[in-house]
Amino acid sequence: MSTRRETIRIACGQGFWGDMLDAPVRQVTEGPIDYLMLDYLAEVTMSIMQKQRARDAGAGYARDFVPLMREILPACVARDIRVTANAGGVNPEGCAEAVRGVARELGLGGRLKIGTVTGDDIMGRLDELLERGVELRNMDTGEPLSKVRERVQSANAYLGAWPLVEALNRGARVVITGRSTDTGLTLAPLIHEFGWGENDWDVLAAGTVAGHIIECGAQCSGGNCQYEWQTIPDLAGVGFPIVEAGPDGSFVVTKHDGTGGRVSVPSVKEQLVYEMGDPVAYITPDCVADFTTIQLADAGRDRVRVSGIKGRPATEFLKVSVSYSAGFKAVGTLVYAWPDAYAKARAADQILRARLERLGLKFDHTLTEFVGVNSTHGHLAGEPDADAPEVQLRIGVRGEDRKAVERFTKEIAPLILTGPPAVTGFAGGRPKVEEIVAYWPALIPKTEIEPRVEVAEV
Amino acid sequence: MGDLFNIFMKVKLLKLAHARSGDKGDTANVGLIALREEFYPVLAREVTAARVKEHYGRLVGGEVERFELPNLGALNFLLHESLGGGGTLSLMTDAQGKTFSTALLRMEVEVPDDEARALGIEIPNG
Repeated sequence: MSTRRETIRIACGQGFWGDMLDAPVRQVTEGPIDYLMLDYLAEVTMSIMQKQRARDAGAGYARDFVPLMREILPACVARDIRVTANAGGVNPEGCAEAVRGVARELGLGGRLKIGTVTGDDIMGRLDELLERGVELRNMDTGEPLSKVRERVQSANAYLGAWPLVEALNRGARVVITGRSTDTGLTLAPLIHEFGWGENDWDVLAAGTVAGHIIECGAQCSGGNCQYEWQTIPDLAGVGFPIVEAGPDGSFVVTKHDGTGGRVSVPSVKEQLVYEMGDPVAYITPDCVADFTTIQLADAGRDRVRVSGIKGRPATEFLKVSVSYSAGFKAVGTLVYAWPDAYAKARAADQILRARLERLGLKFDHTLTEFVGVNSTHGHLAGEPDADAPEVQLRIGVRGEDRKAVERFTKEIAPLILTGPPAVTGFAGGRPKVEEIVAYWPALIPKTEIEPRVEVAEV
Repeated sequence: MGDLFNIFMKVKLLKLAHARSGDKGDTANVGLIALREEFYPVLAREVTAARVKEHYGRLVGGEVERFELPNLGALNFLLHESLGGGGTLSLMTDAQGKTFSTALLRMEVEVPDDEARALGIEIPNG
């Protein structure tokens, strides 16, 4: 970097894999930004990608990312916008190869570099690690990974911002990672632009908080916002968030002019507390951020200033996300109409359970909910309206025995002609049996993980 | 009203706070945020971990932990063992705990009448 900029604009274009497809396009085209960050990886996404790669060695990444790059790459090159994305899943090289192909087709050969960050995937090293006494104990239950070793489908360490920083320093226009933290995708550009150091804990924490605020997309700019939700304008055209950050770590959360939604102190507060644990210790690979030091101020329409953030040294560990096969489940639903809708739904549940019992089917867990009565707030919702127009019966089972779960799925439709009257809502056919891929959080010493960074010209 | 012995007023948290909830495994988190800065001391005093545990009753199998964020006028609660195993293991409609937020807003707290008046808290009907 020859001259450092005073303000860097980082835009979030994707809060999860499956988020609004046009959001990143609008971030690039509807106003000024310097970076576009895209978060594609939920905890269970890696196992899905691992399966895709097992079938096809070229697959295993967020495929949506490639057509998106086809659409926005010319504008990114023309307007000097860089992209950070954890779209690589379990195959960042394959993803990068596909993007290089697109870039060449667009006539951008020789005009940009693509960086990849790998080294997060420890699936192939699991046995060696376990043998050496790295137990990868479950952070919630304390059990060692050996308990489910045979059923493991993917295992990835969460990498932080620094490998992305290296890729940016080496001139990458697009940085594609595997399992990296959501916050690192925002923090890395700030470190790169402002030259922050590895022990500059306060600014690293500030960049981490900036990442946390925008990583869920429009959830900080008016989406899913409880505060005066009826007054939030034009959610149909909701603007995704942008941080405008300075070298001292303070930043403004905003969105492009003319877009829908609202960025306000309450909307940012709601996102800050989302998925929060101990607010004094928000732990990432890069630092420990203290959320009790965050100061928010209204800075005009759709602008919230964030400052005062303190950080502490990072820990010696990285989080590992392991996915493992944990049996099967299925959920069936039927809708009962007035009169006595709830009573009918309850009777149907009893009949179904009696039949499952007669069939000798055993499950680890069976759950009945009545949608319209208790499926969100349980008993807190109070006694149901006796005159309710309709109630949906929703019953789910879970167990190790696939055959038992499959048999269950065949017992729902018969209730229509053999149970209580005025029932509908079965047009979707039999419920699907789903294989459960469960999540096993663990820690690994940082010294065990060696991130690798490649930067190649298209 | 006008009853000499009625020195407290019952107020639903919906009138005092907004909230957002999420999940970490089988634990739901609920961030409870004061609608106005002046309401935070009432939340900090009345909405204790024990009272929250009692409020959710059988919806929360494990312990409730509370953390304070006075800088945001917010409290954060961790509701352990509340998501039917959590993540993909859960059979619940709300396996991610997204609606635990408004379930907490159903809770009632007692606010002394004079404090309620000073804070401009609306007196509920009835």
